[in-house]
Amino acid sequence: MTAKLMLRVEALSKQFTLHLRGGLRLEVLHGIDLAVHAGECVALAGPSGAGKSTLLRSLYGNYRADAGRILVRHDGAMVDLATAPPRTVVQVRAKTLGYVSQFLRVVPRVSAIDIVAEAARGLPPEAAHTAAASLLHRLNIAPRLHALPPATFSGGEQQRINLARGFIGGHPVLLLDEPTASLDAENRDIVIAMIAEAKARGVAIVGIFHDAAVRSRVADRLLHVTPLQDAA
Amino acid sequence: MTDDTLLSARGLSLHFGKIPALESVDADLWPGEVLAVVGESGSGKTTLLNVLSGRMHPDSGTVWYRDPHRRLHDVHTMPAPALRALHRSDWGYIHQNPRDNLRMSVSAGGNVGERLMAAGNRHYGNIRAEAIDWLTQVEIDADRVDDMPRTFSGGMLQRLQIARTLVTHPRLVFMDEPTGGLDVSVQARLLDLIRSLVARLDIAVVLVTHDLAVARLLAHRIMVMQRGVVVESGLTDQVLDDPQHAYTQLLVSSVLQV
Repeated sequence: MTAKLMLRVEALSKQFTLHLRGGLRLEVLHGIDLAVHAGECVALAGPSGAGKSTLLRSLYGNYRADAGRILVRHDGAMVDLATAPPRTVVQVRAKTLGYVSQFLRVVPRVSAIDIVAEAARGLPPEAAHTAAASLLHRLNIAPRLHALPPATFSGGEQQRINLARGFIGGHPVLLLDEPTASLDAENRDIVIAMIAEAKARGVAIVGIFHDAAVRSRVADRLLHVTPLQDAA
Repeated sequence: MTDDTLLSARGLSLHFGKIPALESVDADLWPGEVLAVVGESGSGKTTLLNVLSGRMHPDSGTVWYRDPHRRLHDVHTMPAPALRALHRSDWGYIHQNPRDNLRMSVSAGGNVGERLMAAGNRHYGNIRAEAIDWLTQVEIDADRVDDMPRTFSGGMLQRLQIARTLVTHPRLVFMDEPTGGLDVSVQARLLDLIRSLVARLDIAVVLVTHDLAVARLLAHRIMVMQRGVVVESGLTDQVLDDPQHAYTQLLVSSVLQV
């Protein structure tokens, strides 16, 4: 493989300690290894509850890794998100690491187009607005909806706004959690095309795709996440 | 260098009689960063804000502030006039109750202009124009400039306080429950306003709130306090989505889902 290594996970482990349940410990991930190069898409596979979303959230620094390393190529160097101070994680997310969550977190009063435009990196406000409008247009969000806060939008519309927000930044590493879950066939194909274009630009992608047809069209490899046995 | 902290606190302790309000608290704030301090009533978060801003002295510990000329000042040993000058220009303090900051017998425009004059501005026309500009930025109609604050609603008073505070372009603003006691619709408007102004003006903020949703919306980092001790701190979404400490888990699990 000659493409540049963008993300390397080494021996990642994650468990949850539930203090309100008498200190119950749930081990979810153990010894996960993964390497993703530029232009490559790795799909996380495994049954529901196996820890795929936990892994994806850990890669974003949303969940704290208990052991192991999460190395992301940022500004030409590999930064370990598992041990980086919060300020560094904020910088890595701003510049390098994008994440499309399953559900849009709406902000009261902020319009759909502003939610997308404010995720554009390094663009002046006007250009960000134009880029946001064209992405929303591509994702079939009617122009009359652009100026409305998406709190009342349908699940599929909210997901497409979330996707526009995730893709507008052009991050070199992108994490996608079920990006096509509530989309119809037409919009699903658009998202598949956007993922293919991102890969062609050299974006490294890790995603969860429940839809087998989507997965086979975008993923180069699978990483099987297997449920850990419950500790006695 | 952007790697220098704007404000640093080490080992802050303060007791009210036998009650520990602060126990060996450390905190760092970098330029343009929003730090939320959360915890229930009596956890010491407002005391921390008072001590960080020099309004209250700790029993022990130090707070350093780096001025625009990169000089470090010990907030608790610097001369009182210098600290007052900081509060007039470089710093802002937004109170939960806007009446604690506003002068209720002075017009809205006067409230905004007064801080400009305190910072050395003398040209009346410029001051009035800037005051009107700031009223508009906080979504108060320009034709209310000569009205008295007592004719304003609670949400408007809070926005007026924000205009009065931000008019001098402070680098650091302390906020004590800025949306406390307001209707949720008014709160949403105010939060959106604070969010956009802070991002656009690149202001560093120490924000005290008991509302985790407010912290999530506004803050890059978060500190969780319990009985004067910082029990957990880190990236806002990590602390709220994957809380490690028992008290944080309790706080997060106690929030009602809408």
